[in-house]
Amino acid sequence: MRRRGTVLAAAGLLGLAGLTGCSSASSPAASPNPSQGCPVTVADGWVKTADKGMTAAFGTLSNSSSEAVTITAASSPASSSMELHEVVDDNGQMVMQPVPGGFTVPASGSLTMEPGGYHLMLMDVSAPIEAGQDVTFTLTCADGASTEFTAQAKDYTGGEETYKNDGMDSMAPSPSMS
Amino acid sequence: MSRRHLLLGGAAAVGAAALPDTPLAAATVDAAGALGQSKEQCWGPHQAGVATRSQAFATYLGFAIRSGVARADLVRLMKIWTDDIERMTQGTAVLADPVPELADVPARLTVTVGVGPGLFRTPGLSHKEQPSWLRPLPPFSIDALQAHWSGGDLVVQIAADDPVAVSHARQVLVGDAKAFAEVTWTQTGFRRAAGTTAEGATGRNLMGFIDGTVNPTPGTDDFDQVVWINDGPSWLQGGTGMVLRRIRMNLDTWSGIDRASREQIMGRRLSDGSPLTGSLETDAPDLDATTDGGLLTIPEFAHVRVAHARNAAERIYRRPYNYDDGVTGGQPDTGLLFTAFAADIDRQFVPIQRRLDRHDLLNLWTTPIGSSVVAILPGFEPGDWLGRRLLT
Repeated sequence: MRRRGTVLAAAGLLGLAGLTGCSSASSPAASPNPSQGCPVTVADGWVKTADKGMTAAFGTLSNSSSEAVTITAASSPASSSMELHEVVDDNGQMVMQPVPGGFTVPASGSLTMEPGGYHLMLMDVSAPIEAGQDVTFTLTCADGASTEFTAQAKDYTGGEETYKNDGMDSMAPSPSMS
Repeated sequence: MSRRHLLLGGAAAVGAAALPDTPLAAATVDAAGALGQSKEQCWGPHQAGVATRSQAFATYLGFAIRSGVARADLVRLMKIWTDDIERMTQGTAVLADPVPELADVPARLTVTVGVGPGLFRTPGLSHKEQPSWLRPLPPFSIDALQAHWSGGDLVVQIAADDPVAVSHARQVLVGDAKAFAEVTWTQTGFRRAAGTTAEGATGRNLMGFIDGTVNPTPGTDDFDQVVWINDGPSWLQGGTGMVLRRIRMNLDTWSGIDRASREQIMGRRLSDGSPLTGSLETDAPDLDATTDGGLLTIPEFAHVRVAHARNAAERIYRRPYNYDDGVTGGQPDTGLLFTAFAADIDRQFVPIQRRLDRHDLLNLWTTPIGSSVVAILPGFEPGDWLGRRLLT
């Protein structure tokens, strides 16, 4: 019997549905990328609205180079601290946790960040992120180069995963609407 | 020449379009699902959904702006809606859509956004110049308007050849507007289903009449002059005015009217829409023609006579949909979503409606129960967003 219903808000289950069967985290191998500039671009970026605290950003990372590229860090004016996260099945509970080593985007391939999967976690939203607002993010590649993208803020009620570092406390409820 | 054009999904569809009246071609269209993959361009100087060949299904939404929402908030709403419209009309899921498959069949989806007079009460917008006609229509004696079918600070027309595409777009647009505006009314309408009649054929309303014959042709200078706004407030240039009237038809009493009387009441034949003085739908009615007995062939009370433009200014573009909300209290809740576009509602539409109000015998079986007047915003190019000139 899965226990995640006791942990997650009902709305959160929707965001996780696509993840059923996902195995525990295996560290993506960080590969050095000595090229000049980060060859990763981000399309369809969006971020969940939030008044304060934590929220998440999503989008599709595309790697135009012939070598795998690892994103090791993210930053944004919207949050003083950010982490690269994934959602995993931890003994039947869907929990999110930092991805050791970062996100690896395959050579000439892509990696999708979506609710219930990989995402950029904004750990400390200081000013409200309101629907329709543009939020900029900077991703840092393993070699220190960086790439920027803009995400549109959208109200979204799914994806309220438990953060493993918070023990059994679930995230704040769905952000209120401004 | 209109910049909007139909983008067909496959080679099979192109072949079918070239041979529209062969059974084989029809079967080919169905097999390929080409109707579902047809797309309407959403960018350009004008919004799509006005000059666009009428799709089979439409939903109209009236919104009230929430209290506390200011100009800067509307900027964010319009940026979201613009992104939604760009994606959905091109068959792509909107951001944050957990079921992107719902966007797979655009079926010529268009979304057309208009602003009502109430929008200008929004803090930061009250100084913006409004066209004089952007106000409720004057009262007419035939009106029995209900508040819950009327007005709207924002009015959105969603239209497509597939009702699932319309419904999904409605869900997305309303959901993304939640923080800014609430829906005060929803009206759904339909025409003949796509592919069931010749492309561009005039539709038939639920009283049985071919409805929409006298209309400017999209893509012509004539249409452009009737519809698009070229002067006045800069935020509206490239836009148009829209009147939406919910006209209930009393089909139960109408069913007792024989065919000959119906044709006298309309001034046109039920069979093919031709005027009683002509033989083709497109023949101009001869309002002076008389019968052997000396009576007017098209009677004084006939709808086509009363509606006939008295001068060059009295012209509008009609884009109507039928509605059928079932039977309520034993009465059919059925009628017409009369939708008309004109650059100046007061000058082009109101004089016609005044005459219809006084003289149209059809009024005995029809009752306007809802009415909205809005300014349809100009179009937008890629990278731009809807309403930028109004909101910045």
